[in-house]
Amino acid sequence: MSELTQTQRDDLRTIAAMIIPASEEYKVPGADDPAIQADMLTTLGRDTALVQKALDHLAQLAGKPLAALDAARRDAVAKEFRATGGAAAATLVRVVLQCYYRDDRVLRSLGIELRAPFPRGHVLPDGDWSLLDPVKERPVNLRRA
Amino acid sequence: MNDPVDVLIIGAGASGAAVAWSLADTKMHILCLDQGGWMNPAEYPSTGRDWEAKFYGDWSTSPNVRGRPEDYPINDDNSPIKVVNFNGVGGSTVMYTAHWPRLHPSDFKVKTLDGVADDWPIDYDALTPFFEENDRMMGVSGLSGDPRSPLTHPPMPPQPLGLSGPLIGKAMNKLGWHWWPSDTTVATMDYEGRARCINLGHCTPACAQGAKASTDITYWPHAIRAGVELKTHCRVREIMTNADGMASGVVYYDKDGVEQFQPAEVVIIACNGVGTPRLLLNSVSGRFPNGLANSSGLVGKNLMFHPYAQIYGFVKEVTDSNRAPPTCLWSKEFYDTDLSRGFVRGYGIQFGRGAGPVFEAVASEQKGILPWGADHHRVFRRLNGHRLAVSAICEDLPEEHNRVTLDPVLKDGHGIPAPRIDYTISENSRKMMDHGLARGREILEAAGATDICTNDPIPWGGWHLLGTARMGTDPDRSVVNEWGRSHDVKNLFIVDGSVFVTSGGVNPTSTIQAVALYIADQMKQRLANLFD
Repeated sequence: MSELTQTQRDDLRTIAAMIIPASEEYKVPGADDPAIQADMLTTLGRDTALVQKALDHLAQLAGKPLAALDAARRDAVAKEFRATGGAAAATLVRVVLQCYYRDDRVLRSLGIELRAPFPRGHVLPDGDWSLLDPVKERPVNLRRA
Repeated sequence: MNDPVDVLIIGAGASGAAVAWSLADTKMHILCLDQGGWMNPAEYPSTGRDWEAKFYGDWSTSPNVRGRPEDYPINDDNSPIKVVNFNGVGGSTVMYTAHWPRLHPSDFKVKTLDGVADDWPIDYDALTPFFEENDRMMGVSGLSGDPRSPLTHPPMPPQPLGLSGPLIGKAMNKLGWHWWPSDTTVATMDYEGRARCINLGHCTPACAQGAKASTDITYWPHAIRAGVELKTHCRVREIMTNADGMASGVVYYDKDGVEQFQPAEVVIIACNGVGTPRLLLNSVSGRFPNGLANSSGLVGKNLMFHPYAQIYGFVKEVTDSNRAPPTCLWSKEFYDTDLSRGFVRGYGIQFGRGAGPVFEAVASEQKGILPWGADHHRVFRRLNGHRLAVSAICEDLPEEHNRVTLDPVLKDGHGIPAPRIDYTISENSRKMMDHGLARGREILEAAGATDICTNDPIPWGGWHLLGTARMGTDPDRSVVNEWGRSHDVKNLFIVDGSVFVTSGGVNPTSTIQAVALYIADQMKQRLANLFD
């Protein structure tokens, strides 16, 4: 289970929604969706320390809960966070993205099957092998020792 | 103390497995120690819904990120290219792209042809039968007849071109440049007990289908049936020597962490271009104060990585994304020296079919082409499933300042000093990478790609660990002789990528294994006077 404080969880939810907001057009939730947030918190694992560091940095930039800032200030803080947050910020963003892009509703919207690659795999078209004909027609050109 | 063995092999990866299998027909008592264990395909990433996320954690290519008990840390802070590997039975063949080119004949005569580096003490022809044998054992798919590559006879047909292959082929034809279906160790038909590829896609971090060759499922079953003994979770700390200056055995920690001594008549090191110098440098004694087999001072020096210059973009057409093995085509258009390009030697090109959704989102956000906010969804749908990639695998020339040493502070889980990497990209390699990026851009533009991004070098691209115990005939300029035996310790052999004199411009595993089989064959031919 995540060791984030409630304040950190709130900021994580707010920044996640700024990265990926919900979309009516694509019929997908935002990354602040409760199920996606729960996935993040339960699977943080080895990323916990860096995400905590990122959230500390974010709190320092914001000076108060991120959600309490007006929209313009929140955008400015988010930009600065991404620009100056280094590996910790990159890890937080990656955690948001990897949990978002394995959510069933999101994958369905992208037309991706809801399953592991194994055991069914995928079918590949053989492709147009005649494209190789011009290469085959060239003489052997191998530099000899 | 354990009972003595005739041959002790350290490392059960690409080269150790090949040597074990080859030497098995001597009926000697052969023991292999590996610091890792047997892999369980049921636990491979592609068996789960979170297959992509595992790439950033337990199945990272970096041992420093992965941090499994069988991994050892590597201080690579002073290198723009980070070491990636896998530790366990099968070694890094468990976690590789299965791209299977060979070094070219000209790669063995670099000094003669181009006046740089050194020639190898052996040539391509000496390795030819072992390349062929290895291709049969590993199970290679491909198309014979590439006019720009050494002739191969893959026992299986090539992978399908899929959706990405024709896009690349059309672009290359437009430019009039060479391209060809890659030889790969992905089985395209049922082969020697392995099931054919079903395009799990996410096959770099291990293949749950068993279609991708790794030595735990190719060489090892044969070697064990022939009588070779393999002990897992045994980490070797150092090689011991006797009063005659011969290797007497190794000290290792067993699976319970208990220190053991294993005596042996012959010791063979197969620990890769970082692990091998680490072990030699950790094997210090009064007679060998600078590490074992190091009278030349070259153990750990001349590290070669293959800087990868990667460029990728996004086309309107749908690409194979994560629904195919990641590589399927290569090009040797810029492989040979052309001094008008401003550098000596050259590079192979490896084409990438695409990426999965999580990888695409993470990479594109980092590059700044996938925005935060309302436009995120529209842009992601334009990028995801539309990626094509071009990677120039640049020939790294040997330079002594690129090296593996022992870190004064960092240690592994058994308290054994860890390796430290000091590496810089040379001016020649830099120019080669720039050339590769420029040509890659032309290829992508010919394919109609936009949003072009580069990784220059691919930072976590230190797959190919070469040159740190080079072979040669001069004991002052090499660590092992032309058949892999240490110049200093006559019952000590090295069979991994450490012995490479130069790196070529291709993935090296095929050549590493051919060299290992060649050395094993040389040993068998000389059994009566192996130590003379």
